[in-house]
Amino acid sequence: MDPTRIDRRCFFRVTALAGGGILLGSYVDPVAEVFGQPVRPAENFIPQAFIRITSDGAVTIIAKNPETGQGVKTMLPMLIAEELDVDWHDVTLEQADLDVSKYGRQRAGGSSATPVNWDPLRQVGAAVRQMLIAAAAQTWGVSPSECETSSGSVLHRPSDRALGYGQLAATAATLTPPELDAVPLKDPANYKLIGHSTSGVDNAAIVVGKQSYGIDLEIPGLRYAVFEKCPVFGGKPLTANLETIKRLPGVRHAFIVESDDERSYTRARGRLSGLAGGVAIVADTWWQAQSARQSLQVEWDEGRFADQNSDDLARQADELSQQPPAFTLRSDGDAESTLPDAATVVEAAYSYPFIAHASLEPQNCTAHYKTDGSLEIWAPTQAPQDGLPLVSSVLGVPEEKITIHLELMGGAFGRRLVNDYMVEAAWISKVVGDRVKLLWTREDDMRHDFYRPGGFQYLSGGLDAAGTLVAWRNHFVSFGEGERFASRADLPPNEFPAGFVPNYAVHATLIPLGAPTGSLRAPRSNALAWVSQSFIDELAHAAGADPVQFKLDLLGEPRMVTDDAGRDVYDAARMRGVVKLAAEKSGWGSRRLPTDTAMGIAFQFDHRGYVAEVAEVSVDSAKRVRVNKVWAAVDVGRQIINPTGARAQVEGAIIDGLSELMAQEITFERGRTVQSNLHQFPMVRLAQAPSEIEAHFRITDNPPTGLGEPALPPILPAVCNAIFASTGTRIRSLPLVKHGFRWA
Amino acid sequence: MVTTLNVNGSPTTVDVPSDMPLLWILRDVLNLRGTKYGCGIGQCGACTVHLDGEPARSCQVSVSAATGPRITTIEGLSPNGSHPVQQAWQEFDVPQCGYCQAGQLMSAAALLARNRTPTDADIDIAMNGNLCRCGTYLRIRRAIHAAASISAPEPTASDQAARVHPTDK
Repeated sequence: MDPTRIDRRCFFRVTALAGGGILLGSYVDPVAEVFGQPVRPAENFIPQAFIRITSDGAVTIIAKNPETGQGVKTMLPMLIAEELDVDWHDVTLEQADLDVSKYGRQRAGGSSATPVNWDPLRQVGAAVRQMLIAAAAQTWGVSPSECETSSGSVLHRPSDRALGYGQLAATAATLTPPELDAVPLKDPANYKLIGHSTSGVDNAAIVVGKQSYGIDLEIPGLRYAVFEKCPVFGGKPLTANLETIKRLPGVRHAFIVESDDERSYTRARGRLSGLAGGVAIVADTWWQAQSARQSLQVEWDEGRFADQNSDDLARQADELSQQPPAFTLRSDGDAESTLPDAATVVEAAYSYPFIAHASLEPQNCTAHYKTDGSLEIWAPTQAPQDGLPLVSSVLGVPEEKITIHLELMGGAFGRRLVNDYMVEAAWISKVVGDRVKLLWTREDDMRHDFYRPGGFQYLSGGLDAAGTLVAWRNHFVSFGEGERFASRADLPPNEFPAGFVPNYAVHATLIPLGAPTGSLRAPRSNALAWVSQSFIDELAHAAGADPVQFKLDLLGEPRMVTDDAGRDVYDAARMRGVVKLAAEKSGWGSRRLPTDTAMGIAFQFDHRGYVAEVAEVSVDSAKRVRVNKVWAAVDVGRQIINPTGARAQVEGAIIDGLSELMAQEITFERGRTVQSNLHQFPMVRLAQAPSEIEAHFRITDNPPTGLGEPALPPILPAVCNAIFASTGTRIRSLPLVKHGFRWA
Repeated sequence: MVTTLNVNGSPTTVDVPSDMPLLWILRDVLNLRGTKYGCGIGQCGACTVHLDGEPARSCQVSVSAATGPRITTIEGLSPNGSHPVQQAWQEFDVPQCGYCQAGQLMSAAALLARNRTPTDADIDIAMNGNLCRCGTYLRIRRAIHAAASISAPEPTASDQAARVHPTDK
């Protein structure tokens, strides 16, 4: 059956029930996961509910995506409201449940909300506005072309008549929705909302403590659960003192959950496929469940990674670097033969650690398996549409019997792309046949993460007599099995400076790994940019060149770099633009700085965004570091939708990166994560943050793209390059505390 | 154990396990969920409340320590969300995820109650116990300075925390 027709019927039926207009618009997810490809507008809209206008004129806009703090609950409805022509303060926002048939892609990841929704949601707003105009024109017997709209009303100036959207909604709902792709959109010069700073829609509730997050969910009769998993990744429970636990105060249930799939933790591609086993305790209060856990004794089968240690992994990487690489990721020209003949050769070994996400709200989920075999889930998740089939397959509940409510997240940073806590909560609820809120402790959260993978890069760079980079060789020792990288432990073949160096080779060797890995804000880039931008800085100094000039020379002519298939992969012009802008705004090379202070620059193309950052850094004789100021130059296309939100993402990403840089490291001993809580995984505190972060947006004629991630990667190498300029110390392994540095 | 706590101006009798920290009494017994759990070891400050006007990490406050002092949570900071820090936090669009902000606001309000014109150095010290995973620190600093400039009544020595907001009088 034609899905469009089904949805149109649905549209009319709902409208009749509501007595107002329920309008409009969903689309087939068009997002290109292709690196660097402009995202095409949606091609196939089907009418559904994004906007609700009731006869009293109340306008509700549905916020379709999960909100992690990145601001989409504000930004995406702004797109609709702008084209609908309603005043923002008159709009009520409503968080959508999971329903991709209505809303398309509902995922907080890959900085994708802007590129995916920029055209479609504006078209939705514009289409509904057009229908309201048509309804007014029909009511008045005039031509739609004589009508205009203003702040929630349709006006007919020749006769000085006006009708509010609420008065027109019922009539509008009887009209056939226009083809969304054909709906004219506003001239950006007339934007009243887009491009204007709009505060977070939940701020008023947040500041009085009334905003509910996943952890706060309350439904009558709720029980609370904790879940003890094997401290060794991939381990399984064998026996536990369940009878003792069941006698403890408040405890209702204690039981072993079998691992249904050992691969749930060890699958290389990071897609959770099952349920990792453990012991569940369900009690009347969470504190009672957690207290009972202190008496829990479990015998585990620790599995095949029980002797994995971080120190051994580092030694192993070093040994492997001496061997021929296992396989080649990319080879242009002939790096191997060019290097020995280069005028200057720089060799360096870089390494970076595993990192946890540590969203401030620990993982949690509430589930209610009901007697009719249906399942209701309240989940703070970035990827509800992945959680649905996962829960369905693990529990054997058909997808259509599962409802997933999207709960506000207290941070996510990629951790909540994996729905392990969702399937755990659902499983426990099904076993006990009750409403259950599963809440992990901070320790659970830190020890059962899907970590940003560590890695080792053994680099050689060759300069010719003129100081031009002519050869680049990298033996990347990473994690995975055979030639299959662990999740986010890969190095994309188009990663800079691929395509910019005539003789370029990246080889790899992989080490099997017990710990699960996954996306951390700006996955891959958050590590790869630190290495490449630090090493390029080394090469600039070896060439006796100014780092900015060396990097501009490396970027070369303003042009689009394409891959073998002719696809656009890297716009050198856009990157040159932000490098120059960051240099200009920071007064690069033209400001006199104290002797203990220097500037460093770095750039990265990440998630369609081009970002360059300059950090001004002071380092005293006791190796105390102060990042005085950061200048970020950002090119995410032709429109900054919500400037306050965009600046917040730049500021936050930079501070996030500084946390990673200074002190964050996850290590493994005997297959277990050593760090347990925030005292061993420090974050930047207020006094340590830069005094100032300037975000400069370079507007270019490109489709608007996202900002959740791209501003993070450059800050790490920018600071390290500044430390080198200030102290002469080149940082080749992270975090900085390993080298005796600390915050001033 | 049965005890009576003074929460947001109301005496409240609870029957809770003797080892249950104030955080969990507030959240799961008294349904005051504005106070957040972040680490459970006093590192993050998301659970900050006031005990007799002084900021305290409620995950580290035992029932016995909570019995007696006047406890103020984010829900009790002001009757209608118009404490100067609550106004300034909105004006400067401080929150990203917002999860830490209740604790940030409580620490900031306690600072302003004892220091009406804090310097950057004062702010550094007062806010050192509150992590923001999203990195909203620059805005927090600006918002505290702005809140300091919003007219606030002179707090009394004996009742600082309850009087930082004008409408609390």
